[in-house]
Amino acid sequence: MGKTIAEKILGEHAGHEVTAGQYAVVKVDFTYVQDGTGPLTVRQLQAMGVEKLFDPSKCAVFLDHASPSPRLELSNDHKFLRDFCRRTGAILSEVGNGISHTVASESYVNPGDVVVGADSHTCTTGALGAFATGMGSTDIAVAFAFGQTWMRVPETFKLVCTGRFQKGVYAKDLMLDIIGRLRADGATYKALEFVGGAIEGLSMAGRQTLANMAVECGAKVGIVPPDETTRRYLQAAGRGEKFRVIRADPDAAYERIETFDVNSLRPMVALPHFVDNVRAIEDVKDEVKVDQVFIGTSTCGRLEDFQIAARILKGRALAPGVRLIATPGSRKVYLDGLADGTFATIMETGGVVTGPGCGACVGVHEGVLGDGEVCISTQNRNFRGRMGNPNAFIYLVSPAAAAASAVTGRLTDPREFE
Amino acid sequence: MIIKGRAWKFGDGISTDHIAPGRLFHLRSNLPELAKHCLEDARPEFASRVRPGDFVVGGRNFGQGSSREHAPIVIKLCGVGAVLAKGFARIFFRNCVNVGLPALILDTDPIADGDELEVDLATGVVKNLTKGTATPTPPLPPVMRHIIADGGLVEHIKKHGRLKLD
Repeated sequence: MGKTIAEKILGEHAGHEVTAGQYAVVKVDFTYVQDGTGPLTVRQLQAMGVEKLFDPSKCAVFLDHASPSPRLELSNDHKFLRDFCRRTGAILSEVGNGISHTVASESYVNPGDVVVGADSHTCTTGALGAFATGMGSTDIAVAFAFGQTWMRVPETFKLVCTGRFQKGVYAKDLMLDIIGRLRADGATYKALEFVGGAIEGLSMAGRQTLANMAVECGAKVGIVPPDETTRRYLQAAGRGEKFRVIRADPDAAYERIETFDVNSLRPMVALPHFVDNVRAIEDVKDEVKVDQVFIGTSTCGRLEDFQIAARILKGRALAPGVRLIATPGSRKVYLDGLADGTFATIMETGGVVTGPGCGACVGVHEGVLGDGEVCISTQNRNFRGRMGNPNAFIYLVSPAAAAASAVTGRLTDPREFE
Repeated sequence: MIIKGRAWKFGDGISTDHIAPGRLFHLRSNLPELAKHCLEDARPEFASRVRPGDFVVGGRNFGQGSSREHAPIVIKLCGVGAVLAKGFARIFFRNCVNVGLPALILDTDPIADGDELEVDLATGVVKNLTKGTATPTPPLPPVMRHIIADGGLVEHIKKHGRLKLD
């Protein structure tokens, strides 16, 4: 019987063949924590009596969630993590460098790697053809210490995405459609393989949007098979030699095969307070009045996402009473968007561009919502309380729909503008 | 080990934002304080009224969302005996094993808020003393049973010096 991509990568890292359903201890190529999960990882390492990391060049600490720190408690957490990195030699990604997953894609993760991180959206780098998955702080403490973790080898859902993206329709819309169909727990413990013409035509930014939200249907990982686009991305990042092809065997066993016709896909939205509460925007008949628009995050915080938004915003003004926050995913995204004028457009329109990081998405700072307020966001989660206020309402859309909504002041189908 | 307590009933899709919300991000290094807000956005009275041995009873996809291990830890710090649900999000479930919070899967529809429950952790049988029923739950995979038997993942590493699951 042939192998899925997940079975191939985990088999290589276990040192023996594996099949879905088996358990295996696997080697880890890159592992990381962020400032919300890292302090507990460090305390668990201390509790285990571990002082040396298996390979400090493969262990990273990202200060991205509360970045720069808005409170003294978090400043002390940052201090604690900086001390840890100094002591152990772990990579420290300072305030201003950006979101762990975005930076990991830009600088660290390669096709065929096993990546584990203490953040649920670690699955983002599945876009490069890695087996990347999120875990808790103690599991990552073990990975930091031994360069190993245990895995249940997942069954795979093959998601065949055919056709072409129409005007105003993006990877985010496809992923919302997939989650709406599979449901929030429909792929729990499973691997997703994204294949088909629509995926082959997607940029690395779009692929990261898909892989990032794999966890929102419960999946352990969402993998895009590496191809020419992956090779070019790695080359531009100075890691061209790390490119390799990993494909599923033609006779690989899939638990489910689902087909998505991208030709007929429309701009989508996830309504509060669940990510699988998905509709086409044009089917939402009640007017949704907007207070805040947020563009960024590990889902849609790459240059291309801001360029899409800026194209719609250019020459227009924000609707009265609407504020727009743009948070670049990384230092590189910020610099590139400064160089090509993207962030100038957002500022000229009346928006604000914050420093790189997770920003408003996690409810810590830089865009906490008021009671009863509505936020149209490009992020991945709209759970009650997600943006720091349990009495607020979050709608998840593409960067295009977010920009269009900022201009009209209501939830808007971006095809009106493109 | 047998645990006895009352059921605290919650709906489907209880997320880690309900359990340990992002607005209290700054309390993650002060877990006893964070525990005072456990599940606050789902049932504000929970943390102040829960008694040791009580059960959190959820629906589908309990613990969905973030990887924050602080979520099962604060439930445990509240004295909760076990979490019962129709299903758990993957990372939350794995975190429960690592921190030693029992998480059992069963149809929770027949359990009403306030029902007296008795859970036998050795056999996985959930008795509803109010309704007079007994329901078996599926056993954990051996890997997880090893970790639980050692007292959680930290104790497992201290005992074996590495991951030893075979």
